[in-house]
Amino acid sequence: MKVFMLGWEFPPFISGGLGTACHGLTRGLDHHGVEVLFVLPRPVESTSATHVRIVSPANLSDQPEDDEADELVDPQALFRHARFRTLPVTLHPYARPEDLRARGRTRITTRGASGGPAVPHASDGQPAAEPALTHGVRTGGPDHYGGDLFAEIERYAVLARRLARGQKFDLVHAHDWMTYPAGIAVALSRSKPLVVHVHSTEFDRSGLHVNQRIYDIERAGMHAATRVICVSHLTRNIVVKHYAVDPRKVEVVYNAVEEDGAPAGPPLPPITRDDKIVLFLGRITMQKGPEYFLAAAKRVLEVMDNVRFVMAGSGDMTRPMIELAAGMGIGHKVLFPGFLRGDDVRRIFEMADVYVMPSVSEPFGITPLEALSHDVPVIISKQSGVAELLTHALKVDFWDVDEMANKIVAVLRHPPLHATLRDHGSFEVSRLSWTDAAANCMKVYEAAVGRPAN
Amino acid sequence: MASVCFYFQVHQPFRLRRFSIFDRGADYFDDRANRDLIRRVADKCYLPANAVMLELIRKHEGRFRVAYSLSGTALEQLQRCAPPVLESFRRLARTGAVEFLSETYYHSLSFLYSREEFAEQVRLHRALVERLFEQTPTVFRNTELIYNNELAKVAAGLGYKVVLCEGADHILGYRSPAFLYNPPSTPGVKLLLKNYRLSDDIAFRFSDQAWAEYPLTADKFADWIQQVNGHGHVVNLFMDYETFGEHQWAETGIFEFLRHLPRAVLRSRDNDFKTPSQCAAAYPTSGEYDVPHMISWADVERDLSAWLGNAMQANALHELYRLEQAVKQTGDEKLLDDWRKLQSSDHFYYMCTKYFADGTVHKYFNPYDTPYDSFINFMNVLDNLRGRLGSAAK
Repeated sequence: MKVFMLGWEFPPFISGGLGTACHGLTRGLDHHGVEVLFVLPRPVESTSATHVRIVSPANLSDQPEDDEADELVDPQALFRHARFRTLPVTLHPYARPEDLRARGRTRITTRGASGGPAVPHASDGQPAAEPALTHGVRTGGPDHYGGDLFAEIERYAVLARRLARGQKFDLVHAHDWMTYPAGIAVALSRSKPLVVHVHSTEFDRSGLHVNQRIYDIERAGMHAATRVICVSHLTRNIVVKHYAVDPRKVEVVYNAVEEDGAPAGPPLPPITRDDKIVLFLGRITMQKGPEYFLAAAKRVLEVMDNVRFVMAGSGDMTRPMIELAAGMGIGHKVLFPGFLRGDDVRRIFEMADVYVMPSVSEPFGITPLEALSHDVPVIISKQSGVAELLTHALKVDFWDVDEMANKIVAVLRHPPLHATLRDHGSFEVSRLSWTDAAANCMKVYEAAVGRPAN
Repeated sequence: MASVCFYFQVHQPFRLRRFSIFDRGADYFDDRANRDLIRRVADKCYLPANAVMLELIRKHEGRFRVAYSLSGTALEQLQRCAPPVLESFRRLARTGAVEFLSETYYHSLSFLYSREEFAEQVRLHRALVERLFEQTPTVFRNTELIYNNELAKVAAGLGYKVVLCEGADHILGYRSPAFLYNPPSTPGVKLLLKNYRLSDDIAFRFSDQAWAEYPLTADKFADWIQQVNGHGHVVNLFMDYETFGEHQWAETGIFEFLRHLPRAVLRSRDNDFKTPSQCAAAYPTSGEYDVPHMISWADVERDLSAWLGNAMQANALHELYRLEQAVKQTGDEKLLDDWRKLQSSDHFYYMCTKYFADGTVHKYFNPYDTPYDSFINFMNVLDNLRGRLGSAAK
């Protein structure tokens, strides 16, 4: 089976769980012999560190059909059946239309215009592409939100459709809303079934302040799809309830954690310290519940002194959280190291005594799996998809800061609790594999195309 | 001759309320939930089952006999929340066909941690049984049939000549639980071994439609008992009383089964019903039952792992019993009683991670979502209790 897969971030160019999930799933599918052509927007920043790197179109002159697509090559040969293409579009990870406007138009780059035919570019408030592409959803029109992001999404759809012309595949698999218009366009133009993969919904990201245009794109994608994959039952319920999708076509495929991901790299020097460390790791944004973490921290400090709270990550609420911690009088106990990558992530897990994920709404939540695979016990929000999957984790309502504090104190005070959670939890996580997740995904493919995947 | 020896366990712990590290008071127990649960079990099990027992004893004019062990914590709660149940047990006691056994008052694991505390709890329980049922127990069963050679010796020291324990395959080998045995170093004590196959046919498999013997009728079961005739003396059917109406719902026909069983068993003149002390008086022993390591009637392992299988359980028990001297030195009766209520084995059973992922039998009456929640709650209570001791215990 050949899959035309549309994503918008991929390691090492990631800022969140989506890229990690796409990478794991693609490796899992690769293991099963599924041929994946993974199409991505061009990464915003480029480091040549890991799995795939970019080859410019000049080196690919023998491929006239996808003249605007960069090939990403895989120097470590992690993939046997997967290929990667980047399109000259900028879909900033976790971008919000309002963010792009705030940052100004300089962020929007269209570097791929390397002699290719003219592609509609975003231009001040003008419709960017053929409206028919997105199945009746207007994505490029004037709006009080910046039109730029939607224009880039539209460009992505146009370029993806063009790239697809020269490719053979059995179905289209699109990850999250930014790729849905492209997914619909490719599936329609080639009469192939579409599978959309819901890693999060507008309700998770925005709470009550739902962006109607994003909602419309999500809804159109879900309704156009032959099958919808959700990362949890929590998300499946939202998809069925808030997007009115026929429950019979919505399946749950849980994420996993990289099998070889845990203790990679050289051993780090031992950490000597007196304080216990409670870790928050994720985007510091409303969806992740950072203020509940701080409220719990304050309660913990009422009964324990030798504790520090680390809020690793970046996001629109970083500054307000720094101010909030100071205002609560616990500023000296809370550290903000910023966004961490690679060895820094490993390092912070090695330091941490407990990882807390107080998310207000978390469709899945891969980070607790990573914490456990690094032998860090986890306290997770009951409002998370991963809570459905993990049994050896402490679970708490995100708003119940007293209970969150109660559990943090317990893990810090009682080594046997820490050890039991850690040992059972890491064992439990070691049994979750992307190979199995990919096998579940293939069942969905089979249902979508109406025949066995391989 | 095959004597059917029924022993039913009646136990309810004082379950803890949700107790956070931020809680300050010293009220640890969820009175309301405990009351509701006791009343529910009373309605579904204790009252209807006691009524059937009384009816059977009268109908068979003393030829039907049973034994009970009621923990002190269960008796206290029945007294407080379900007096009619206690009254029905007293009525059964007055028939003369019912024997009451000795155990630790708090259904505790004290034998493993403090012989002194263990002996005190056995005495407390014996006094309560004497007061409520006007008979002095002569047969001992330890919490969850936890047993080893040493327990027999200690029980003998407390005046017991008969002890109940599990008929574990790995100790019996080719031998049968249908005979009585002696512990190796305490020849004065007779052991009655649970016939776990026949006991579990009733307690666990009765309503299992996937079981080859389903449905189990009184006649079929009586046939199995009949097969023991000539190959042993006793069929020891030991089980939780909640089997009737709670583990096996009334709709499964468990009460009808019970109602018909005595007549089916007594149809053969070679069979009868005996209480544990009657069995011990009637039959000789057939060798030694040597148990150097602890056994119990729990789970497939028949060991202590249900209460001591992980680090949290070991830690909680150790921390609890470490306070013994300090608690007793205060002379504070309420504090002592609170500390003892924390000893009920259930609190540690809830912390068991063994079958947690499968979510099976440990769920019965378990107020916690996870073993971790149970541990955290228990340790918070213990922390509070420790605070009441003053500087002595710190």
